[in-house]
Amino acid sequence: MSNEIPNVEVNADRLAPVSGPPSAPVSLRTRLSGFGDKIAGLPKPVKIVLMLLAALLAYALPLINPPFISTPDTDFGGVLFIVSIYALVALGLNIVVGYAGLLDLGYVGFYAIGAYVVAVLTSQHGSWPWLATVPVAVAVTMLSGVLLGAPTLRVRGDYLAIVTLGFGEIIRLTAVNNDWLGAAAGIPKVGKPSSIPPAPEGQVSQGLFQIPHLNWDTGVPLIDTARNTKFLVFGVIDIVPYYWLALTAVILILIADVLIKDSRVGRAWEATREDEDAAELMGVPTFKFKLLAFAMGAFVGGLAGSLFAGRQGFVSPQSFPILLSILFLAAVVVGGQGNRWGALVGAVIVGYLPERFRGFEEWRVALFGLALMVLAIYRPQGILPPRTRARALKAAKTQEALEEAGVSNA
Amino acid sequence: MGFLIDGFSQLADNFAAYTISGLALGSVYALVALGYTMVYGVLQLINFAHSEVFMYGTFATVFVMYLMQSAGLELAATGPKFILIMLVCLLAAMTASSLIALLLERVAYRPLIKRDAPKLVALISAIGASFMLAELMGLRGKILGWIDAPAWAEQYLARSRDVKSLPIDIKPVTIMNVFGYDLTNIDLLVIFSALLMMFALDQYVRRSRMGRAIRAVAQNPEAAALMGVNSTRVVQLTFLLGGMMAGAAATLYMIRIGATKFDVGFVLGVKAFTAAVLGGIGNLRGALLGGLVLGVAENWGSAFFGTEWKDVVAFVLLVLILLFRPTGLLGEALGKARA
Repeated sequence: MSNEIPNVEVNADRLAPVSGPPSAPVSLRTRLSGFGDKIAGLPKPVKIVLMLLAALLAYALPLINPPFISTPDTDFGGVLFIVSIYALVALGLNIVVGYAGLLDLGYVGFYAIGAYVVAVLTSQHGSWPWLATVPVAVAVTMLSGVLLGAPTLRVRGDYLAIVTLGFGEIIRLTAVNNDWLGAAAGIPKVGKPSSIPPAPEGQVSQGLFQIPHLNWDTGVPLIDTARNTKFLVFGVIDIVPYYWLALTAVILILIADVLIKDSRVGRAWEATREDEDAAELMGVPTFKFKLLAFAMGAFVGGLAGSLFAGRQGFVSPQSFPILLSILFLAAVVVGGQGNRWGALVGAVIVGYLPERFRGFEEWRVALFGLALMVLAIYRPQGILPPRTRARALKAAKTQEALEEAGVSNA
Repeated sequence: MGFLIDGFSQLADNFAAYTISGLALGSVYALVALGYTMVYGVLQLINFAHSEVFMYGTFATVFVMYLMQSAGLELAATGPKFILIMLVCLLAAMTASSLIALLLERVAYRPLIKRDAPKLVALISAIGASFMLAELMGLRGKILGWIDAPAWAEQYLARSRDVKSLPIDIKPVTIMNVFGYDLTNIDLLVIFSALLMMFALDQYVRRSRMGRAIRAVAQNPEAAALMGVNSTRVVQLTFLLGGMMAGAAATLYMIRIGATKFDVGFVLGVKAFTAAVLGGIGNLRGALLGGLVLGVAENWGSAFFGTEWKDVVAFVLLVLILLFRPTGLLGEALGKARA
């Protein structure tokens, strides 16, 4: 299938009369894609306002505690934190898999390195404050990305998958077997982010102010003052502040992602992914850009790991099984590789659904597997494919229909 | 560097032991690796769920043993009767595994191949299938719980998430002494049967009519289709053959290890895939070589650095070999095999 987009067809589509007699009911799928196009067609200020509103809603979500969406069996704030960690990881992996087209099955390795650096510096071999360890964690992770990438990125395609899979396993097993890293028992008492304002000596910090949650038990929203979230107090029970921290990281990475994707670097990645040889001939130093993608992906993975360590307060090799890498990859592919919003949707599916349906207990992994399979088969391009790919698919379909019509007319 | 010297003397003292048990383990890897390599050769897809195909084979072995025991058969752990029992188990495991492999092809792969979906999507579909297959086995007690099962089946269904052992205790019998290592009948049985299966498969792919079709599709699917090769049949056949080999590997694994679990497939699958890549993916003889090299290297490595570093040694070896020989030891070539 060629990747060219026949402009004529697309334009003809746009010129088609919008008004007129209502035709057959529009399928949900076309309606969904129409929704995306509509948003994309809005003027920029409106788009920014909409995004700000969406971000505000995301911040308020654990406080609103909406019925049906809220998880009945686990703490909603905790689930949202997990989802935002998945979102962060999916954004990072999307750079590697979606933009640069490198199949990385060992992404959990970077996540683990980030978490372990934080754990080692705040608890095992030092007592740094959490915030100071994050830049170190991110730098170490990036460096490990370069160290892994420099020799292995010359290997193509599926070989890279197995090499990275091996890398993830090596990181985990090294942690298991190394006493300096706490061995199999892991590292307890990892430092948490410091609360603002800092707690007075020997007391629990009360935070800048307190925000109540909503309670929907009676069917109407009631303000529940018994469960207040203390603003910016990073304690043990209330996970909402951690969620806000992680969400802020997600938003910052999203902005960086937009800037990079639309720059020379983003175009170089796209060219490398579509045809490495052609890109090289056009003067794109493909190896350098692949390495850059790897390092950036590692950066985000390390950031997610350090957030995870700060929230969990405990780091052990069991938190980083290979299976997690596979779930991360599933998030990116199910959402639509190459589209940052798709990666976010995928992260919500992979992080949220198993928690929401915890009531199904032992069935949930089986159901999750079924969902992955069904999604892959019925929506191979992902839930939210990148717009260029969606357009190419549509154009190909139109062309096919035209060709078929031509054949039957002849 | 003291530990290296310790490791060296450890290895030197028990060289034959480490090597032979490595070969036995490696031949199981190699048999499973054949499934990965054939599907990769024909479709260029990593059949992630192949590990579950293997896992179902191990459970079929256990199941048939329970069945035979319930039929009042005295299960012998040695002698010709043992061989006969194991042959029945082998047949059952091969049947179960190939059925699972065929089902996998039909449900998780064919719809995607038909649509010419991106390779990564097929990987996700296979991952989903793998989760589901493993969980269904882990939940077999729940799923079949409402059936009024006979007592022997109760035993098979009970505690379905725990390790399940064979109902007989296989005691290895020493046959001869090789450089200070007591070579047992189990070692010989496993290595010899694995080599026999692989030889049979190799000859089938090289000499038979369908084997030629497989190689043709691997080489150039479009040209093969134009020459009248039914590519769907060929894909089915590769899954069937891969499943049979995985089933055989499962029985041999059970003879040697004696216990299985619903999630046993994952680690073994990763190892077997590593073996396939090590030898050159898509290359049948490469899978054999890769499996044996991996098994032996793992054992030597665990002698050197301690058992806990076994898996690290395996992966470091893989990375090193890929750096110097990017297409594996023997290169990738299901299509290029000579007739």
